[in-house]
Amino acid sequence: MTGSGIGARVRRKEDKRFITGRGNYTDDINRHGQTHAVFLRSPHAHARIVSVDTKAAMAAGAVAVLTGKDVADAGINGLPCGWLIHNKDGSPMKEPVHPVIAFDRVRHVGDIIAMVIAETKNKARDLAELVDVDYEVLPAAVNAVEALKPGAPQVHDDVEGNLCYDWHLGEREPVDAAFAQAAHVTKLDVYNNRLAPNAMEPRAAIGEYDRASDEHTLYTTSQNPHVIRLLMGAFVLGLPEHKLRVVAPDVGGGFGSKIFHYAEEAAVTWASKVVGRPVKWTSDRSEAFISDAQGRDHHTHAELALDKDGRFLAFRVSTVANMGAYLSTFSTSIPTYLYATLLAGLYATPAIYAEVKAAFTNTVPVDAYRGAGRPEACFIVESIVDKAAHETGRDPAELRKLNLIPASAMPYQTPVALQYDSGDFVKNIDDALKVIDYDGFPARREASKKKGMLRGIGLSSYIEACGIAPSAVAGALGARAGLYESGEVRVHPTGSVTVFTGSHSHGQGHETTFAQIVCERLGVAIENVEVVHGDTAKIPFGMGTYGSRSLAVGGVALHNSLEKVIAKGRKIAAHMMEAAETDVEFKDGSFRVAGTDKSLGFGEIALQAYVPHNFPHDELEPGLDETSFYDPKNFTYPNGCHICEVEIDPETGVTRIERFVAVDDFGNIINPMIVEGQVHGGIMQGIGQALCEDCIYDEAGQLLTGSYMDYCMPKADMVPFYEVGTNVVPCTHNALGVKGAGEAGTIGAAAAVINAIRQATGVEDIQMPATSQRVWQAINASAAKAAA
Amino acid sequence: MPTVSMTVNGRKMSGECEERTLLVNFLRENLGLTGTHVGCDTSQCGACCVHINGDSVKSCTMLALQAEGAEITTIEGVADGDNLHAIQEAFRDNHGLQCGFCTPGMIMSALDLLKHNANPSEAEIRHHLEGNLCRCTGYHNIVKSIQAAAAAMGGTP
Ligand code: FES
Ligand code: FES
Repeated sequence: MTGSGIGARVRRKEDKRFITGRGNYTDDINRHGQTHAVFLRSPHAHARIVSVDTKAAMAAGAVAVLTGKDVADAGINGLPCGWLIHNKDGSPMKEPVHPVIAFDRVRHVGDIIAMVIAETKNKARDLAELVDVDYEVLPAAVNAVEALKPGAPQVHDDVEGNLCYDWHLGEREPVDAAFAQAAHVTKLDVYNNRLAPNAMEPRAAIGEYDRASDEHTLYTTSQNPHVIRLLMGAFVLGLPEHKLRVVAPDVGGGFGSKIFHYAEEAAVTWASKVVGRPVKWTSDRSEAFISDAQGRDHHTHAELALDKDGRFLAFRVSTVANMGAYLSTFSTSIPTYLYATLLAGLYATPAIYAEVKAAFTNTVPVDAYRGAGRPEACFIVESIVDKAAHETGRDPAELRKLNLIPASAMPYQTPVALQYDSGDFVKNIDDALKVIDYDGFPARREASKKKGMLRGIGLSSYIEACGIAPSAVAGALGARAGLYESGEVRVHPTGSVTVFTGSHSHGQGHETTFAQIVCERLGVAIENVEVVHGDTAKIPFGMGTYGSRSLAVGGVALHNSLEKVIAKGRKIAAHMMEAAETDVEFKDGSFRVAGTDKSLGFGEIALQAYVPHNFPHDELEPGLDETSFYDPKNFTYPNGCHICEVEIDPETGVTRIERFVAVDDFGNIINPMIVEGQVHGGIMQGIGQALCEDCIYDEAGQLLTGSYMDYCMPKADMVPFYEVGTNVVPCTHNALGVKGAGEAGTIGAAAAVINAIRQATGVEDIQMPATSQRVWQAINASAAKAAA
Repeated sequence: MPTVSMTVNGRKMSGECEERTLLVNFLRENLGLTGTHVGCDTSQCGACCVHINGDSVKSCTMLALQAEGAEITTIEGVADGDNLHAIQEAFRDNHGLQCGFCTPGMIMSALDLLKHNANPSEAEIRHHLEGNLCRCTGYHNIVKSIQAAAAAMGGTP
C-alpha cells in the first residue's frame, strides 16, 4: 500500500476547487444563447384549472409560455414511478398520472401551471405574473390519516378513498398468538414529522438541443444522471438514449432529494427544442420547499409483546404513510421495503407483522430523504424498546442487550425478509456506554438537578439495509430498475489511471476514496488517478448514489475492474518476461516472476499494452481498459449505537445536547476522515428532525414552514462536538468488506435524542420535533397531572 | 440600464445591470464569479457572503448598484495566486467541507470572525456561524477548521 491507500486519512482531491470558488455547479453553467425559465406554480393545494391565458405574457415579450395543454399536445407522458407495490390481496397499487405540467387540476401548492421562458430570469418572473389562471378551488386532503377516511376530498378521481396501496409484511397469526401469551404489552403512537431535505444547492436544470446532431443535453442537479436519462428519455419524452446526454456536474448535496426525476428536467429538455435555444431554470429556496420531494410523514401505531423476563416475543406495527399528491420516483418503496423490513432492528424478536397504507394528499410528493424508511423504522423500534424498559422497570441498555441478536447468530434471518450478514451489536452498545460513561450518569443528573435542570440520557441502536441491492431481490419486490453499479478503469500508456464510475459524488468524496482503492490495488500514486462521474457521455451506465451504496456497490465494481486490469497485466507481464502466466504475481505495483528477480513495474506494463509491437495478437489484445458491472449478493447492514445526553431547562423547555456519542460498524473503512464527516452530518440531520425541523401544512394545504424564516434548519450552536468511533466487522459478501456510511447518523440519531428527552422529563409522549414549546408543555402537563 | 463599477479581488470591474439586480447575481452573472453561491431567498443561508470594504456582507441583501465604488473580495480572491490562504488550507486539512456549496460563504464569514477575534472559543465560533447554514458537515469539522485556521494564523488574519 502507498500512503494514500485503503485506510488512510487522505485529504480530499476535490477540495481545491471548492475552497477556491471554482466548483462547477449546474447554476454556474451558462450556455450560449440561453433563455431562462420560470415555473408558474399553483398557489392552491387543490383546484380545478378553469383556464390559463398566456396571451398577455406572450404579447409582453415571452420567448414562449408552455402549459399543460402544450405538454399533452406534444404527446409527453407523465413522470414514472420506479417501484410497483402490491396490495395485501395481490392487486397492484394505484398509479395516477403525474403530469409534467398540470392540465385540468392542480393537486398541491407548487404544482406547475405554466413554464414561462424569457431572455432573463427577472423578465421571466415578470411575465409569469401576466399569465392569467382561473381556478375553481376545491377542498384539500392534507393529513394522511384523515385522507383515508370516508368523505375526505379526493385527490385523484381514479383513486378511490385516496388509497395508493394497502400492503403488509410478515405473518400475522404467529404475532397475534404471541401477543396472547405476553406478560407485558407496550403500545406506542408516533407521528414521524415531515421534513424538507434542503440540500444547500437548490435544484437547477439546463436543457440544450443541437439541431445539427439532433442531440439533447440536460445539465441537472442529480444524484444519478443515467437514471434520469432512462426515465426521462424512455418514459416521459420518448427520446432515444444515444441522442440524450445527461450531465450532473458538481452537485451541492442531495440527501435523496436529487435522486428523483422531476418535471422541470423534462420541461427544460423539451422546451429547448421548442424554442431552439438552451433553457435554464434554477429553483429559488421557497420554490424548493414546494417542489422538492419531502421526506418521512408516517403515522404509526406499534405494539411490542414481552415475556416476564423482558424478552421480546412479537412486534406489530401499523403505519399510514403520506405519498403527497403524486408518486415521486421511488416514493412507494420507502414506507414498505425500506421501512418494514427494518422493523426487527437489532433484536431477535421471533415474530413481526407490519401493515402500511399509503395515502394521496394535496401536499408536495414524499420520497426518499436521507435514511428513507430506515429512520422511521429505527425511531419506532428504539422508542418502543425504551418505553417497554420504563414500563417494566428495566434499564434501557440492559433490556436492549437482553434482546440483541448475538454475533454468534450471524448470518441471521429476520422475520421481515432480510438476512443480516454480520455485526457485533453488543459491542457497539458496550463501547458507546463506556465512551459516554453511562455509570457516571446518575451523578451528572444529580449535578444538573442542583442547578434546577433536568438531565436525560437516551440510547438508540440501529441497523440499516444499504447498498440497495441485489437486482434479483429488488426486482422480486417490485423495483422497476436493476440496482447494480458500474466502474471502468482506464489505464493510460504512461501508467496514470482514469476511473469512470456510475456512482455520483455530491459531497461524499469519491474522487478521493475511489482513487484510494486504485492506489491500494495498483500501487500508483494518488495524484496519478482521476475519478470521473456524473456524465452519461463519459461513464458506463450507472445507477448513481443513494442508500449509502457508492462504496458497497460502486466501490466493488471498481475493485472488480482493478482485478481485471491486474489479470490482463499479468498476461502482458508473462509475455514480456517469457514466463508462465501462473508464475507471475502482482505485488506493490510490480509484476514478478515467482522465485526469480525478474520484474516489471506497472507503468512498464501499461506502456507495453499500448505499444504492443510483439504481442501474440491472437492471444493478447492491446490496451489496458476494463469495465465491470457489480450486482451485490445481499444488502449490506451498517449498524451501531448512538447515545445522546441532554440537559433541559424546565422553565423554558429548551433542550441542550450535552454529548452525542456514536459507535458505528460500517465494515472496512477506506478513509476514516470522510466516514467521520458522513456520520457528523447524518447525526445533525437526525437531531434536526428530533428538535426543530417540521413541514407544517395548514388545513387548506398551505405549507406554513416554506422558507428559512419558518423552517428551522439546524445551526452550529445547536450541537457540541460529536464523539464518533467505529467497531469494524467486515461485510462478508463483498470484496472490500464495506457496508456504507452515508445514512447511519440520520437513522440512529433522532431516537437517541428523543429517548434522552423522555428520560429527562419522565414524559413518554414526546413528539418530534421536540421544540422547547412542546417540551415545556409536556413537563407542565405531567406536573399538573401529578398534582391532580 | 445603468452601469456600476467596483473593485473586485483587486481588479476594477464594471457592468450594466437592471436597478433591481442583487449584488450576488451581478457577481455571478455579469462578472462570472460563480464561487459566490445562492442558497436561499430570505438572507439566511450565508452561501453568498463576500467582503465589502472589509466587512462580511451577504451579497443577496444588497443591490449591485449600492456597491458602486466598493472594494469587494469574493472567495476567488482569498488565495494568493496558487498559494492557498491559511483558512482554505484549514478547511481542506480538517475536512471542513463535503459538497462544497456552503464553503465559500463559510470561509468568508470565518475570515470576518478571525479579523475581529483572533482567538475565538468554540462557543464564539458556533455563535458566529448563526448566519451560515451547512447541510452536510453537521458543523463539526467547520468549527475544527476555523479553530485550526485561528491557530495557523497566529492572530494575524
Ligand atoms: S443567498 Fe444570501 S443568505 Fe442565502
Ligand atoms: S458542505 Fe455541503 S452544505 Fe456545507
